[in-house]
Amino acid sequence: MLQYALKRAVLALLVALTVSLICFLLVNLSTDVATAMAGEGATAETIDAIRHQYGLDRPLAVQYFEWLGHAARGDFGDSLYFHTPVAALVAERMPTTMVLGAAALGFALLLSIPLGVIAALKPNSWIDRLALTIAVVGQAMPTFWFALLLMYLFGVTLHLLPISGGDTWQHFILPSVALGYYATPAIMRLTRSGMLEVLESDYIRTARAKGLRNTSVLFKHALRNAVAPVVALAAVQLGFLLGGSVVIETVFALNGLGYLAWEAIGHNDFPVVQAVVLLISLVYIVLTLLADLANAWLDPRIRIA
Amino acid sequence: MTALLQVEGLRVEIPTPMGRLHAVRGVDLALGAGETLCLVGESGCGKSLTALALMGLLPRAARRSATRFAFAGEDLQRAGERRMADLRGNRLAMIFQEPMTSLNPSWSIGNQLEEGWLRHRGGHRAAARERALHLLERVGITGAAQRLGQYPHELSGGLRQRVMIAMALMCAPALMIADEPTTALDVTVQAQILHLLKELQREFGMGLILITHDLGIVARVADRVAVMYAGEIVEQGPVAQLFARPAHPYTRGLLACIPVPGRLAPGERLGTIPGVVSPPIGTLTGCQFRNRCAEAEDQCATRAFELRGLGGSHRLRCRLGNAI
Repeated sequence: MLQYALKRAVLALLVALTVSLICFLLVNLSTDVATAMAGEGATAETIDAIRHQYGLDRPLAVQYFEWLGHAARGDFGDSLYFHTPVAALVAERMPTTMVLGAAALGFALLLSIPLGVIAALKPNSWIDRLALTIAVVGQAMPTFWFALLLMYLFGVTLHLLPISGGDTWQHFILPSVALGYYATPAIMRLTRSGMLEVLESDYIRTARAKGLRNTSVLFKHALRNAVAPVVALAAVQLGFLLGGSVVIETVFALNGLGYLAWEAIGHNDFPVVQAVVLLISLVYIVLTLLADLANAWLDPRIRIA
Repeated sequence: MTALLQVEGLRVEIPTPMGRLHAVRGVDLALGAGETLCLVGESGCGKSLTALALMGLLPRAARRSATRFAFAGEDLQRAGERRMADLRGNRLAMIFQEPMTSLNPSWSIGNQLEEGWLRHRGGHRAAARERALHLLERVGITGAAQRLGQYPHELSGGLRQRVMIAMALMCAPALMIADEPTTALDVTVQAQILHLLKELQREFGMGLILITHDLGIVARVADRVAVMYAGEIVEQGPVAQLFARPAHPYTRGLLACIPVPGRLAPGERLGTIPGVVSPPIGTLTGCQFRNRCAEAEDQCATRAFELRGLGGSHRLRCRLGNAI
């Protein structure tokens, strides 16, 4: 198990380095950074001065390793728009997004796993059809539109929940539901199909032949085997949720990383964009690593690989 | 001998898009303690469903009915799922054809052995572990203590089937049903497993129902044999009598399929039974074997045949019999 974990960790580190390179190149190759920084109508001298001042005239490789070296120490430079260190900006906004992402995933899992299990236990029943409807609607409906519907119903019409800002925990309910609903269909369908397959397997028959109680057959023998692919998917989904939080945070005016990214893109604030993209990618990589380890714990056969 | 298991008129029906499948049609079985009954037949003849019906493990869509179903003096005809679950793994145990997939890949051998004991006997895990260790050693697994912590994928097929047997024995059942326990194993391992099963049967005084399509196995282990065809028992009797004087054309056909060294001239063809089993769907009349039977007559398509005695406990479902 330890050997497996080490292998996975080394692999994750390599992926992280690759991602950092892509992250750096995306910004530096997509536009001329100096021109964009100088703003519209700047003279060629001004642009050259900026290019020299920020060291943008040096080879890309030198710039990359310098940026990487600083980034590794938590130094992402200063924001061009906010004029404060990027690290401080990100650290300030990070918790909001993490809380939102975790709450959204929690909502998605709480809704999708029980629904998926029940749907598998009673295929083609009304509850299976309800689950299917929820999945289809969730997959088809754009997140921002669902967010607006929630705001209209619970905020404007019923006055039950706040719809803007992030001051109290109530402020997180609607954004979490809106964001989490997006991850629900895939997790639920995978749980359902996994359970259906596992319930047909020989070892479930063996478990029943031992006279075990239904709850024991279902949770100890079936769910553990059915849920392994769900763990991997949930990690990927959480990554998507962090990305999707750009839209949701903007709609609900939550002051998180997503909102920061949106502001930074609008103002050509390259250091911030780079930092946010890199950070979300790193979170994604760490999540994948954790999912791999969780799967190895769930399924002993993986530990050999 | 007091009967351990007495089943009469056992039927299993499964609705299919093509009509009702009469998978098991009026099967009578009786088994004494310590006795071995072999259920023989081709794939799809209903022998596995008969076993699952006895265990209460039929697929959800299947319907079971019987005019009599008594086990160890208890009437189980209307026993609910709760009562059946109390008996399963406790008084009634079953091992399956596929040792490779019959163990849960996510739990250790020890855990899977212990849970049946904990479910039926309760108490501390230590007692269950001791019992598991004892039985693993008893079924001939070396390094049993270390095996308890291993997972199914770390064991070979033969070892896994031994584990399955140990698992079935945990609560010392009165009846063990073994559904083709050696089909998936190497020939050398097959013999070991069969030998072990017989030995354990004597030791535990269990009734054993062995399901197989291998008449070689039947000859070695059975006390009595029931030959099934299309959901019915077509012939049954003591093993020696049935092998010496097979009466049903199907039984004779099956026996002709066994290669016997010395009796078969080199290059001579083995016997075969032409045709395939027609699935017993819809309304059935007459003998279901008639399409493949060399001795079929017109009456075989219309007459209803009952099992009738041929002397002793040898019984036959065919118009023939007296002629032999």
